[in-house]
Amino acid sequence: MTEVISVVAYLILAPFAGGLIDGVGRIVSARMQGRKGPPLLQPFYDIIKLFTKQMFAVNSVQLLLNLSYLIFLAVAGCMLFAGADILMCLFVLTTADMFLIMAASSDSSPFSTLGAGREMIQMMAYEPLTLLMSVGFYLATGSFHVGTIISGEYSAVLFLPGMLVGFFFITAIKLRKSPFDLSTSHHAHQEMVKGITTEMAGPTFAIMNVAEYYEMVLMLGLVAIFFLNKNWWSWPLAIAVCLFVYFLEILWDNVCGRVKWKTLLEGCWIVTLLCGGLNLLILMLIR
Amino acid sequence: MGKLAKSPWLLHYDGSSCNGCDIEVLACTTPVYDIERFGIINTGDPFQADILLITGGINSQSESVVKQIYSQMPNPKVVVAVGICACTGGIFKTCYNIKGGVDTVIPVDVYVPGCAARPQAIIDGVVQALALLEQKRADYAAQRRGVMQEGGIASGADQ
Ligand code: SF4
Repeated sequence: MTEVISVVAYLILAPFAGGLIDGVGRIVSARMQGRKGPPLLQPFYDIIKLFTKQMFAVNSVQLLLNLSYLIFLAVAGCMLFAGADILMCLFVLTTADMFLIMAASSDSSPFSTLGAGREMIQMMAYEPLTLLMSVGFYLATGSFHVGTIISGEYSAVLFLPGMLVGFFFITAIKLRKSPFDLSTSHHAHQEMVKGITTEMAGPTFAIMNVAEYYEMVLMLGLVAIFFLNKNWWSWPLAIAVCLFVYFLEILWDNVCGRVKWKTLLEGCWIVTLLCGGLNLLILMLIR
Repeated sequence: MGKLAKSPWLLHYDGSSCNGCDIEVLACTTPVYDIERFGIINTGDPFQADILLITGGINSQSESVVKQIYSQMPNPKVVVAVGICACTGGIFKTCYNIKGGVDTVIPVDVYVPGCAARPQAIIDGVVQALALLEQKRADYAAQRRGVMQEGGIASGADQ
């Protein structure tokens, strides 16, 4: 019963929560730059506006592919919030990303094709750690099942501190934050217009934005399961940590410039190997 | 304010300006003027822009580019000509390669004079454009409804 409630709550509330977090993020980011920043509800204004704009379709499949991106992200999130298999959830997350890549490659703009290529490089960069992480959860708690992971005696982070550091890295990729916003950026000017979203206009772009909010809540949910255990106080702790992680991502976004794709791959793989790999090795030895 | 007026995204194009006006446009995004407080984003993508800001007059080479950018912007959209060059051709008006102001190639909704136009004036122009944008949105929605109704009648007549 609780699973049904949390899945329904995720499906309905995630876009709102994501939009609010994004709104707060934009204000915090503006304050860091000495600006006032947009109103708190700006992300919602943006999305409503995009839905009222003219439907400018460059081809007939892009909207469909974007919708698939949204649906698969929502499914991945539902799996996490239903307490199902974490491995499966991460696989569905990757599948969702494939749809976005296909949507971007379906049009003829060289910028979005370039963006799609970069998105694939980003996938290669974050994928190893997500796999190591789920194995880490298995070793730490004896299960891939999110429901079991979050009802342990101790928080999983006690066994997986390295994984958390690594996951912080790949969250920056997934949230499209600098220094890893190679394929498309929330900031105004990028060297290739808007990258992967260049030819998405009006409603198509709005759908992509809603999907991003589902993804944001999903990523923060993954941070939360590092901290959840069977005690009630782990829930407020997890939420506080999620917000703190998001704050750190914004800070990182503001102090770092965009890196080149080689640096992204090398950086992420080195972090994966050092933090994730070492963590896993130690865990295997002590278990 | 309406739906569009709360989130107008700008696209800035340099027709053939001396870069004086461009620097003033960029100044609008700095902490001193901070246009993001109106929800305005300076995007580089015509597909996602609502307001086209053009600086400088139009020359024979930039003409096709301006026309293309304008056609790539989804409706409803407005054009703001920034600086006296963009309004009329300005100091370059009599040059052999200059066609004149932006309105020689695409319809312009708001003219912001000045050489260079001050950031305050640019923001003021954009805010005026917002009112127009809202009106255009209402017209566009009405037109879309009209088309749908006509379509309905037409398909009814077919049967
Ligand atoms: S109006 Fe003045 S500052 Fe602006 S582009 Fe023309 S000459 Fe340059």
